[in-house]
Amino acid sequence: MAKLTNHTIASARDGLASGDFSAVELVQAHVDAMSAARDLNAFITETPEIAIERATESDKRRAGGACAGPMDGIPVAVKDLFCTDGVLTTAGSHILDGFVPPYESTVSQNLRDAGAVMLGKTNMDEFAMGSANVTSYYGNVVNPWKGKDGKDLVPGGSSGGSAAAVSARLALGATGTDTGGSIRQPASFSGIVGLKPTYGRCSRWGIAAFASSLDQAGPMTRTVRDAAIMLGAMAGHDAKDSTSAPVDVPDFEAALSGDIKGLRVGIPKEYRMDGMAPEIEALWAEGIDMMKQAGAEIVDASLPNTRHALPTYYIIAPAEASANLARYDGVRYGLRVPGSSLDEMYANTRSEGFGDEVKRRILIGTYVLSAGFYDAYYRKAQRVRKLIADDFTKAFEDVDVLLTPTAPSEAFAIGEKMDDPVAMYLNDVFTVPASLAGLPGISVPTGLSGNGLPLGLQLLGRPFDEETVLRAADVLESAAGFDTVPGGEG
Amino acid sequence: MSLDNNTVKNIANLARIKVADDDLDHLAGELSAMLNWVEQLNGVDTEGVEPLASVVDVTLPLRADAVTDGDCRDKVLANAPDAVDGFYCVPKVVE
Repeated sequence: MAKLTNHTIASARDGLASGDFSAVELVQAHVDAMSAARDLNAFITETPEIAIERATESDKRRAGGACAGPMDGIPVAVKDLFCTDGVLTTAGSHILDGFVPPYESTVSQNLRDAGAVMLGKTNMDEFAMGSANVTSYYGNVVNPWKGKDGKDLVPGGSSGGSAAAVSARLALGATGTDTGGSIRQPASFSGIVGLKPTYGRCSRWGIAAFASSLDQAGPMTRTVRDAAIMLGAMAGHDAKDSTSAPVDVPDFEAALSGDIKGLRVGIPKEYRMDGMAPEIEALWAEGIDMMKQAGAEIVDASLPNTRHALPTYYIIAPAEASANLARYDGVRYGLRVPGSSLDEMYANTRSEGFGDEVKRRILIGTYVLSAGFYDAYYRKAQRVRKLIADDFTKAFEDVDVLLTPTAPSEAFAIGEKMDDPVAMYLNDVFTVPASLAGLPGISVPTGLSGNGLPLGLQLLGRPFDEETVLRAADVLESAAGFDTVPGGEG
Repeated sequence: MSLDNNTVKNIANLARIKVADDDLDHLAGELSAMLNWVEQLNGVDTEGVEPLASVVDVTLPLRADAVTDGDCRDKVLANAPDAVDGFYCVPKVVE
């Protein structure tokens, strides 16, 4: 029998259905893999007892003819930004020391209701602020992939632990969250599929907030089909999140017809940037060719305000973060560092509890929202955000999906780009525009760099049209035939 | 915009984050670099453009004015730094 950790969600579902193995056997194999791969530091908290308990329940349900659906018995990892009932939830931050939520986030509850089995909570950049998973209080995550020089590489971020866990076959899927690229960029760096749904597709309730107008949960998996299956179990309207959309959840897997004949695939010319790495450009050209070979119609598209997206994002996201993170004050839960006055206790707690990147963003956010500067920075950024969103609306009058690179480079070494925040922010140059417009996007592993590292391409779609995005991604995935795994094992 | 150390101190105070005097120069440099970078937006013509507050094209829904939870005192108190007789105890925050 093949190693149980080499299954996809789809094949594990089928294996469970036909009785080839039990959920307990499947989950135990992943629990063992998780504990054997601690050097990756992908998990902040492992929950093997919960995993085996829920797997046992899953087997009982199945034996009783009451299988909860395609995710029943599937071992998944949960980003440590999702509150989980009775399980430490840290958001990768010191300031949430000892915080054990007495409630479950809607997305992780939906997964539980669908029978999915939680293996543990994955490491992440502190409060999801980062593109390399180097800002976590719990240490950096190591990418299971290695380049030719053998150096330890970043898995991308902020959902770096989730990406590493799925890539290294410690979990069949994982939840991520994406504010400016935090699902898609680590997916590209780690050779997996990462889907950021339309803003409002998944409930944000119970997810520690970073930038509320941008944050969105999504699945990280090894195949497009798995992303479709897992999204179906995560999504849905939730009365507890007023921005969660009251729209039906379609059968995403049924959208994977394998047929994109006549699909209009737009190539936004503004994504072809000066100084773009030649191998990223070559990969993009290959992807365009694959879509054309599969019968898609390739169309020139234009998103004229693309170059304004990153600076817009780095006003809006820190502004929202500074407001959201005001709640961490040492009074009611988490870390408290005493002071001689109330204000000093606040300042001591927040100074010690937050890391450098989070503090930097809170300070920028505080500044751009402060009296006298609000119009010049924040309101200006919101106006530019409107222009960026309008660009997409217009482009989608003519095309069905847009095809772009996911990230401007392959995974880089741990410690690089640490001295220059703006250089680190450029990682998200291709992912941020769609975030600002609230659109669905997926990263599909499409090729290897000259250094032997995975590279992804991104497909973007219309609001709530994940089905077309997934259909196109499935075809791209088949054409690319990406089947290499980190470490070369199969 | 280049921020001087006093401005950084002021922002840090507004954000209730303690910054050591030794760190002010470095932080002022970093924050100034970020602000200079985002200020490229000044060159974008946004005359007559309405600020985008939300990408979701829906009116906020109203819900029934009814109690939806409660009766979970122990859960509420579970993360309290201190609890006495079912009350949540925190330092005095109103002067």
